[in-house]
Amino acid sequence: MKKILAVLLVFSLVGVSCQTGVPAKALELGPESLAVRQAQSRVFDTSDEMTILSACSGLLQDLGFNLEESDTKLGVLVGSKERSAVNAGQVAGKIVVAVLTGAVLSVDKNQVMRASVVTKPLGESKQRIGVRVTFQRVVYNDQGLISKRQPIDDSQVYQEFFEKLSKAVFLEAQQI
Amino acid sequence: MTNQRILGLAALLMLFASCATTTERLLESNSSQVELRSFQTRAFDTTDKETTLRTVIATLQDLGFVIDKAELDLGSVTATKLDNYALRMTVTVRPRGETQLLVRANGQYEIKPIVEPEPYQKFFAALEKAMFLEAHEVE
Repeated sequence: MKKILAVLLVFSLVGVSCQTGVPAKALELGPESLAVRQAQSRVFDTSDEMTILSACSGLLQDLGFNLEESDTKLGVLVGSKERSAVNAGQVAGKIVVAVLTGAVLSVDKNQVMRASVVTKPLGESKQRIGVRVTFQRVVYNDQGLISKRQPIDDSQVYQEFFEKLSKAVFLEAQQI
Repeated sequence: MTNQRILGLAALLMLFASCATTTERLLESNSSQVELRSFQTRAFDTTDKETTLRTVIATLQDLGFVIDKAELDLGSVTATKLDNYALRMTVTVRPRGETQLLVRANGQYEIKPIVEPEPYQKFFAALEKAMFLEAHEVE
């Protein structure tokens, strides 16, 4: 009986080690993808893609991003910034655990945030420009290891971004 | 077995391990080049490279990727999806004959290349919908 259990254990370990492939849903359009797209997009009534792109790059600068990549022919702008990820709650937790148990927890320290803006002429006559922005971040802990890798999908963030973009487009038009 | 023998064996194993290199991964010498290409490639009946690339970008965004870089002249797009894992894809678009474009995708999941057909099939299924065109398999 023990032998059988041991063999089973080995097989289950082999099985586990095989399940490291791409998650089944990673490349599928989920039911929520349309709603996400809407939250991340706005449409501007202009045919001038260049003006919108340049307003976007101005806005990324306003938000402290450094421009990493751009291709104006495809309407792509990519920016990133590194900021603190220190969370008071986490630090307090670390201290409490250290006092009670002596164990040292690692806490978040830095984060690299990336923004990617894509513009796209819409409609047959291309009289409107769609703008879609997506954010993601990688968080590093105080040992320099990655603690989180995630999309930033808080709808508030996107709403605020587009409010600021409307202003940036206005400023761009006024040549400020 | 005496402790000495075990030590000897361990030392021998270490020696072998140090002979093997990990640089064969640079050229991925273990996978079949032809088979991999057929998984990764589809042909579309259009010659509009710019629209195809813009559709590839929109599809990647719909799938939760953040675009890293894109270039029209080379016809390439690279994007990363982070969701407690890292999935990175590069998609290239180039002409095939007078009437078609070839779209090729290659991806890596965490630190491994994607060599199974299923993830690519799913990607092209999503792209097909956005293109309003059928993706032809290429021999």
